[in-house]
Amino acid sequence: MTFEVWISEPVNWVFIVVALAVAGTAVKVVTSQNVVHAVLFLVATLAGTAALFLLLSAQFVAWVLILVYIGAVIVLFLFGIMITRAPTGRGVGLDNDRKGVALVVSSALFAVLTWASLSAFGTAELVDIGEGTPTEVLGRALLGRFVVPFEIVGFVLLAALIGGITIARRDATPADEEGRGG
Amino acid sequence: MIINQFLILAALLFSLGVYGLLVRRNAVMVLLAVELMLNAVNINLVVFEAAIRSTLAVGQVFAIFVITVAAAEVGIGLAIVILVFRNRKSANVDELNLMKW
Repeated sequence: MTFEVWISEPVNWVFIVVALAVAGTAVKVVTSQNVVHAVLFLVATLAGTAALFLLLSAQFVAWVLILVYIGAVIVLFLFGIMITRAPTGRGVGLDNDRKGVALVVSSALFAVLTWASLSAFGTAELVDIGEGTPTEVLGRALLGRFVVPFEIVGFVLLAALIGGITIARRDATPADEEGRGG
Repeated sequence: MIINQFLILAALLFSLGVYGLLVRRNAVMVLLAVELMLNAVNINLVVFEAAIRSTLAVGQVFAIFVITVAAAEVGIGLAIVILVFRNRKSANVDELNLMKW
């Protein structure tokens, strides 16, 4: 498949726009010197990812991504920033001084991953993704073939919930009692 | 659409997540970079599902599992960060050297 054929499909124009938005906002997530801005750029990255999922006819996963990530996880992150009083101003040293090494490592990783996927798939096309995956199929798969992992992941969520409460709760230690008494 | 256009975008997102993981000092920002990496994995899973069209939609099911585990990870991770901040008055990972020798 030549580039001219590829670029002539309108769906690929949509892909280019969304992919540029996703990549640009992802760069800002890891380079922004303002923590709140970094979190808000992650919102844009996740919204672009959901758009990609819609392109790939995975509507249910796209809306789950929007609900769980943009709805809940981002709010958790904002709470974490506010509670830990992360430096929100500019020029406060949000990054360490080994950017060169990190850039080399991540570039090498990107090169290896790109080479691997190019050599494995070449220009293999995605065919027949028009009509979308019905949520019924996902529901039957989740509560049929995958019911055991589904229950396990539910237990993991419960354990994470209880663990999060237990870890973050401020216990009244003997030292606190003494401090209060004295 | 070809498979590789999504795979290379996911590889880019994953590499950016690795970069953020290595560069960021604040623990909340490190968790943010981990979210980028998990997001790249989700893209790969959904693309492979769109490529093979399995009857059980396995790729999308596992993307949902990854999203669930990521939510649990953020909850626990931020709880630990809050606890560390409360004890050490800092959430910077390079200042947590108590167990280093």
